[in-house]
Amino acid sequence: MMWNPRIETMPLDKIKEMQRIQLKKLVNNLYSFNRFYHDRMKEANVSPLDINTLEDIQKLPFMYKQDLRDNYPDKMFTVDKSEIVRYHMSSGTSGKPTCVAYTRNDLDYWTEALARSLTAAGLTSDDTIQIAYGYGLFTGGLGLHYGAERIGATVLPASTGNTQRQLEMMQDLQCTAIACTPSYLTHLITSARQMGIDWKRDMKLRRCILGAEPWSESMRAKFEAETGAKCIDIYGTSEQAGPMFCECEYQHGPHIAPDIMYMEILDPDTGEVLEPGNKGELVCTMLKKEAMPMIRYKMRDITSVTEEPCECGRTAPRLSRITGRSDDMLIIRGINVFPSQIEYTLMRIPQVGDQYMINVSREGDLDRMIIQVEIKPEAFSDKLEDMQQLRAHIESELKKYLNIAVPVELKAPGELPRFEGKAKRVIDTRVF
Amino acid sequence: MNANIITQLSIFVNNAPGSLANVAKTLRECEINMKACNLAESTEFGILRAIVDDPAGAIEKLQKKNIIVKKTEIIGVKIKDVPGSLYEASNVLGQADINIEYGYAFTGKNVEGLFIRVDNPEKAIEALSKAGLELVKASEI
Repeated sequence: MMWNPRIETMPLDKIKEMQRIQLKKLVNNLYSFNRFYHDRMKEANVSPLDINTLEDIQKLPFMYKQDLRDNYPDKMFTVDKSEIVRYHMSSGTSGKPTCVAYTRNDLDYWTEALARSLTAAGLTSDDTIQIAYGYGLFTGGLGLHYGAERIGATVLPASTGNTQRQLEMMQDLQCTAIACTPSYLTHLITSARQMGIDWKRDMKLRRCILGAEPWSESMRAKFEAETGAKCIDIYGTSEQAGPMFCECEYQHGPHIAPDIMYMEILDPDTGEVLEPGNKGELVCTMLKKEAMPMIRYKMRDITSVTEEPCECGRTAPRLSRITGRSDDMLIIRGINVFPSQIEYTLMRIPQVGDQYMINVSREGDLDRMIIQVEIKPEAFSDKLEDMQQLRAHIESELKKYLNIAVPVELKAPGELPRFEGKAKRVIDTRVF
Repeated sequence: MNANIITQLSIFVNNAPGSLANVAKTLRECEINMKACNLAESTEFGILRAIVDDPAGAIEKLQKKNIIVKKTEIIGVKIKDVPGSLYEASNVLGQADINIEYGYAFTGKNVEGLFIRVDNPEKAIEALSKAGLELVKASEI
């Protein structure tokens, strides 16, 4: 089944010609009408006249997460406020969040991409999908919600949390699909066992749409054996719109909507653009975005792209699994966390000393992050209650900035390792 | 200073094997003799509370060794070796609306009693004295 067979089966040369025309139009438009992009192109000494072939995109400057922070909240928006119909936000580093805006067309293309994706994943209007991604500022919940509604599936907007109720609803409403993070699915499987649910007997689940954090083929094998459902990888971040691109039923990596996004893979060391099939850093150009265009945006994900047609008949390039990051971002239970955010938060608390360590591990179901913090001698109190209050205060500050609960351990000065040269404050022992 | 107020050292101890031994070793190296002590613990750290000969000197020596130490004022109430004596002392404080934060018993050569940290030491001393209870003087320990 295909949602948009014309685009999804378009021959590769036609796809590239379509992308070339869209790119030219986009660059011309931004150069002429937007200060931010105009100045960027001027600085890089490139004008729309230089963009003729698809490869000419390499003349354009990159965009970085930092651009979103520097221009927070609205300096990168390219449309009039009256045309913006939605915002999503993510917590940023250094206490500064990032904000993404959408016009009606932006939401429409996001929804269109998801309609294609969910259809490719095997969902139809007969399915009931439980959306257990967070609804709200996070793009996951609302994004999938509208995508699933567009194909006529029945949506259960469960959002996150309350695992027991999630499992009860899944049985009562005979949900045939769930969208959530891989770590939440692990948690659901464990909880179901504890509740005495026989997953294969009591559930009707046949698809799991999993994303927002890295996972692996071995996790897929485990999930599929436990649930009897096919597990589908989904990719997309708020800079692109949100979760957007799913694997098809052959599970060979997410199919990209080529009319919406153009991908390049760079050698992370030399910056050189690599041929399809090579692993490197993903750079995305959104071809149709209106409110907040993204040109050569560095995703910081390490992956590869293939242009080989898929067994399902789709012709657009596909992504491989994300195998790492080219920056220090951590993904904890589906939430992006930058060590710099943690540092910023800690250093604003007067009782906290200079040294801290971030320990990340996987305990059974879930990612576990513990932050060890040295406190200043003068912050030490003879009363355990005071110390526990200090710890609780640090934990609540972290929760406020990171949107994730992180246990804190207080340490005496001198207790944590010191570093000569570059500090290695993150210890991540997770294996995917 | 009120002769009934006793200076206690509170020392931060990490909750890991060998941490207390490290602190104790430093106490030995600094030739600090403990008259009484108590250990309080939470999940990741503990507090060693100690009464020593020369608190001011001990604090200086320990700080030089990078040990986190704080001076705390506590009081000691003499407790008779008979049933009900703890009730007597604690009831006086309770009646006077004084909160006991923590406490530990002590038996020495000259005196035995209960060391307690209260939210208002001066008021506690007054209440205990009025009730006819005897307080431990720093010089007696």
